[in-house]
Amino acid sequence: MRILVGVKQVLNLDEEFEMRGDGLDVDQDYCDRALNEWDDYALEEALRIRERGGGDIEVVAATVGGEEATAELRKCLAKGADRGVRVWDDCLRDCDGMMVAHVLAAIVRREDPALVLTGVQGADHGQAQTGVAVAALLGWPWAAVVRALEFSADAGEAIARRELEGGLEECIRIRCPAVLTIQVGINTPRYASLRGVTQAAGRPVDTPAFERLGIDAAAIASARASRVRRMYVPQKPRPRMIEGSVREQAAELAALIRDIRGDRR
Amino acid sequence: MSAILVIAEHRRGVLRPVTLELVTAALAVREELRARVEIAIIGGGADALTPALSLEGVDELLLVPTPIDAFQPECHAAAGEALIAARRPRLVLIPHSVDGISYAPAIAATGGHGYASDVSALRCEGADIVATRSAYREKARVELDFPGRQTVVITVRPGSFLPATRAGGGMPVTTLAVPGVPLNSEHCGFIEPEPEADVDVSAAEFLVAVGRGIGEQAMTGEVAQLAGRMGATLACSRPIVDAGWLPKSRQIGQSGRTATNCRLYLALGISGAVQHLAGMKHVETVIAVNRDPDAAIFSVARFGLVADVAELVAELRALFP
Ligand SMILES: Cc1cc2nc3c(=O)[nH]c(=O)nc-3n(C[C@H](O)[C@H](O)[C@H](O)COP(=O)(O)OP(=O)(O)OC[C@H]3O[C@@H](n4cnc5c(N)ncnc54)[C@H](O)[C@@H]3O)c2cc1C
Ligand SMILES: Nc1ncnc2c1ncn2[C@@H]1O[C@H](COP(=O)(O)O)[C@@H](O)[C@H]1O
Repeated sequence: MRILVGVKQVLNLDEEFEMRGDGLDVDQDYCDRALNEWDDYALEEALRIRERGGGDIEVVAATVGGEEATAELRKCLAKGADRGVRVWDDCLRDCDGMMVAHVLAAIVRREDPALVLTGVQGADHGQAQTGVAVAALLGWPWAAVVRALEFSADAGEAIARRELEGGLEECIRIRCPAVLTIQVGINTPRYASLRGVTQAAGRPVDTPAFERLGIDAAAIASARASRVRRMYVPQKPRPRMIEGSVREQAAELAALIRDIRGDRR
Repeated sequence: MSAILVIAEHRRGVLRPVTLELVTAALAVREELRARVEIAIIGGGADALTPALSLEGVDELLLVPTPIDAFQPECHAAAGEALIAARRPRLVLIPHSVDGISYAPAIAATGGHGYASDVSALRCEGADIVATRSAYREKARVELDFPGRQTVVITVRPGSFLPATRAGGGMPVTTLAVPGVPLNSEHCGFIEPEPEADVDVSAAEFLVAVGRGIGEQAMTGEVAQLAGRMGATLACSRPIVDAGWLPKSRQIGQSGRTATNCRLYLALGISGAVQHLAGMKHVETVIAVNRDPDAAIFSVARFGLVADVAELVAELRALFP
């Protein structure tokens, strides 16, 4: 049995980031890259299911991304994923989330897992769309914003808790195979051990081309659901800044707090 | 004439207020789109919600009964698809809420519609719909359009539009039957948030809130002590709760508490993610401390300090003995 975890490499902007010449995105030279926080929890959940379930569960980490995203798959392997899959094609440059969902769905079809876990959202853009879109494209059941999970391979179902607004939660029962989007806090992700890092070097990262997934560039390109017209740094309201050394800042802050509090009394 | 379809959100028989914000968003672009505004209520108990949705400018209410009362994503997606097939709307508005993100992407993926999520502004340019959303943790903004898409599905960021308030009436109320779909998941009940164990942060007037920027667990104790001396109540962002450093009852935000009574909010090492702001952005005076001068929290703050939290807290301790 197999569990597939969709993982995304997210970009964090440096302080002095700049827009790309065409104004459609930031210049990626001004970014550092990281594994999406939510995916860390999704991977951990898959690893725990494997550990609880005994021997024959395979955890596959899959990403739609260029060569540089291999680093995130290696992190997943170092934590204990059995295998990585990375898919890229030139038609995915400046792709939108729906195109990613179509490619991820094709990976899932080929891998045929019993469960797909994704994060609720990417920390970079907060689109919160991929998992649910993938499920719909596959025609699979799905549930979003899962913060507790009991998966039963034998019963072919999962019991999950969805986290709603204001701390309210909902308990659901869902037939598998299914796609679940995982919320942070569902577990405590492990760190990669030194041994894990060493072992990860020997684990395979498969990079199937579109043909092997049974998709073609034209079909993926036509799945685009939105186009960027422009990206820009908004004029945001700025607060009054309290400057100076930390000591001066603290003194002014303390006075300010006393002032605001005093006014109320 | 084309249509703008607003899909109402309700839970346990109660309309969720964000629905009224979607109505405002729809009214704002309906002239340019030369569109009728239709509000769909999917699921049981729809009748009870119609009075609250009889708003000025709304042309029709659509009741879409479903076999179950509780939210079920496959059922909601199928109803949405059927509505689109029946009404061919130009624009479909759904809240960017936990339930909204649970079915809107499915409608867009299945139907091959235009799609954008967490949209905070909408406008038209000629026949084009242009949607604005944030990018890179709120540091940039992006404008999207949807070439070649007859229908565009959009999830709208809560709090981006004022709620529609002007009552209307007399619009037709139509019941639309949609084909049933096999349901592969079932609702087994709600779990209420735990009652306030120690403190009620939503009652506090002065909150000192810590975020991931405090760096280590020991800092929660230090800031707790400082908050006590300042006469403030300690609160936090979500990662602090997820790490087990503070109880859930201290969490401010979408999935936590709202700082309803707060007048002064000192945010220490909090980036200002939209889900956190959901619980505190209306606070009268926000003072934000962050080492990143571009952190989103500064855009809702009245005063800002670019500083290291640990160093600043150490200094403040001496000033609040
Ligand atoms: C469905 C859903 C519901 C959610 N509900 C909530 C919710 O209710 N409440 C909530 O808070 N979040 C919620 N979140 C999570 C939210 O998206 C963010 O991940 C979270 O708010 C980030 O918390 P943070 O600001 O503490 O951490 P980060 O975003 O990691 O920010 C840490 C900040 O600290 C600064 N910093 C780091 N070190 C220092 C230092 N030494 N000195 C000063 N500054 C420093 C950094 O510059 C950064 O700005 C939810 C997410 C989802 C998807
Ligand atoms: N390029 C990608 N490759 C693999 N998984 C992805 C990719 N983009 C998004 N995902 C998955 O979808 C989740 C939600 O991301 P998003 O819909 O982009 O906010 C992430 O947490 C990942 O699990």
